[in-house]
Amino acid sequence: MALTISEVEHVARLARLSLSEEEKASMTAQLSRILEHVARMNQLDVAGVPPTYHVTPLQNVLRPDKPQPSLARETVLAQAPQAEAGCFKVPKITEG
Amino acid sequence: MAGIIHKLSAARLNRLFLGGELSAVEITESVLSRIAEVEPAVGAFLTVTAEHALDRARKLDARRKAGDTEFGPLAGVPIALKDNICTCGIETNCASRMLKGWVPPYDATVVERLRASGAIIIGKTNMDEFAMGSSGETSAFHVTRNPWDLDRIPGGSSSGSAAAVAAEEVPVALGTDTGGSIRQPAALTGVVGMKPTYGYVSRYGVVAFASSLDQVGPIGHDVEDVARVFQVIAGPDRRDSTNAGRTPPEVKFGGEPSLKGVRLGIPREYFGSGIEDGVKARIEEAIRQLEDLGAAVEECSLPTTEYALSAYYIIAPAEASANLARFDGVRYGHRTAQANGLHDMYSKTRAEGFGPEVKRRIMIGTYALSSGYYDAYYKKAQQVRTLVLQEFQRAFERFDALVTPTTPVTAWRLGEKLDDPLSMYLADICTIPVNLAGLPAVSVPCGFADGLPVGLQLIGKHFADTQLLQIAWAYQKVTKHHEARPNLAPKGGRQA
Repeated sequence: MALTISEVEHVARLARLSLSEEEKASMTAQLSRILEHVARMNQLDVAGVPPTYHVTPLQNVLRPDKPQPSLARETVLAQAPQAEAGCFKVPKITEG
Repeated sequence: MAGIIHKLSAARLNRLFLGGELSAVEITESVLSRIAEVEPAVGAFLTVTAEHALDRARKLDARRKAGDTEFGPLAGVPIALKDNICTCGIETNCASRMLKGWVPPYDATVVERLRASGAIIIGKTNMDEFAMGSSGETSAFHVTRNPWDLDRIPGGSSSGSAAAVAAEEVPVALGTDTGGSIRQPAALTGVVGMKPTYGYVSRYGVVAFASSLDQVGPIGHDVEDVARVFQVIAGPDRRDSTNAGRTPPEVKFGGEPSLKGVRLGIPREYFGSGIEDGVKARIEEAIRQLEDLGAAVEECSLPTTEYALSAYYIIAPAEASANLARFDGVRYGHRTAQANGLHDMYSKTRAEGFGPEVKRRIMIGTYALSSGYYDAYYKKAQQVRTLVLQEFQRAFERFDALVTPTTPVTAWRLGEKLDDPLSMYLADICTIPVNLAGLPAVSVPCGFADGLPVGLQLIGKHFADTQLLQIAWAYQKVTKHHEARPNLAPKGGRQA
């Protein structure tokens, strides 16, 4: 399973990762090798086998809907890269 | 006794503290001085919390002097924590530039439990960045060296926790294990490491790597200490919805070690072509010793083992790519200084904050989950996982535990596999299937090959953790491998 540079660029965009040209090249080669190894799975017949997403048979873990103490807003915002007026501050979202 | 306090076991330190023979301050000072002595060579710690630890020790001493008898099983015991475990007021950065300087405003459940049991947190240990790696070398800050040979890796990703115990800097430490990250470094540094059954120990406050595989566990010099820490950290927690809500039965060790009536399976796939001769020889000796203890030993086959690695290297990165999406420069951690709009801020922040191995895993995971590939990779891997799990379950109809090497190789040289991620991944072949199936496993020292430690892995049934520890204890009782210590005395210097 060989990946192309443009596939790597597409995946990097999905992952919100800006990669240098050098990183794109090495990533293309390394990911191709890893996927090639992973393709061994295709030797196994898994038709009709249910997927296991979690090994513990827990489902719908519920708790009483009661308010619990939580962190204070100032505590949470204290380590934000940027905060203002009790909110996280981010660069502008709209273009232009 | 002053010069050897740091060498004592957690059980012994607890007893001496409770009996008033050693103060918590004396214990803490001894450990801190050992850390100052060997850290320049080993590099196990990212943060040493000397002031915090001494302050805590003074409080414990004051309580004891005031006649308080309500102390837990780790009272007076220094412990080191892997740096992906949140500690209120103590920097937790996962060995990543992304979280450099971040100080959690709360404790992980395991930390709350340790504090309540009287343990003294000595510091935070180095690791592969966000627990992704098998050598410790992906840490963004420095490498940790194997105390048995300073030119070699200590294993990973709980590199610092294993090395700190091996170098006698702390009696016990916590690590996390997603594909072998407790057991593999424990094996490579000659200490005991345990991965509990998935769901026994709360993951609340542990920075998530792969949520369906991650589990916190103890590292120590012997099975008793590891069991002692396990009993403190395991148990119900509503804040982790995958927690099993179970309390492990109390483990008691004592009497003549015997494995009469215990059925042990030896899966032949774990002794495949990649195994070093020295490792194979030690494991075969260990199997004979288990037989001598009375165990019924029989070879068995787990043919999907070779596919487990493939499934793991889809599932773990897929979960990681989702979990690490939170590191976007908005709420905590690093943010790029030069963003042109929100999306550019995300992409640059993540490019600057993450190292190469983390980027690689995010990329694999994102690819495997992307439109058009989900069925071929992620779903398929989860189906293979079912087969791995079923195969183990069938084996456990016949056996009480399985016996394998923890790693097919001993510690390799620093830098040796850094440019070859696939060969690094292959080193985890014996530990990964256990995480896919959520089983408990423990690695115990079983001797040396060319002067480097070898680990014996025991794998048990779901929630049979204490039974597994009993088997490991019996083995340890008739061997001396866990008593070996590396010589870290400075050249020409006096031996401690």
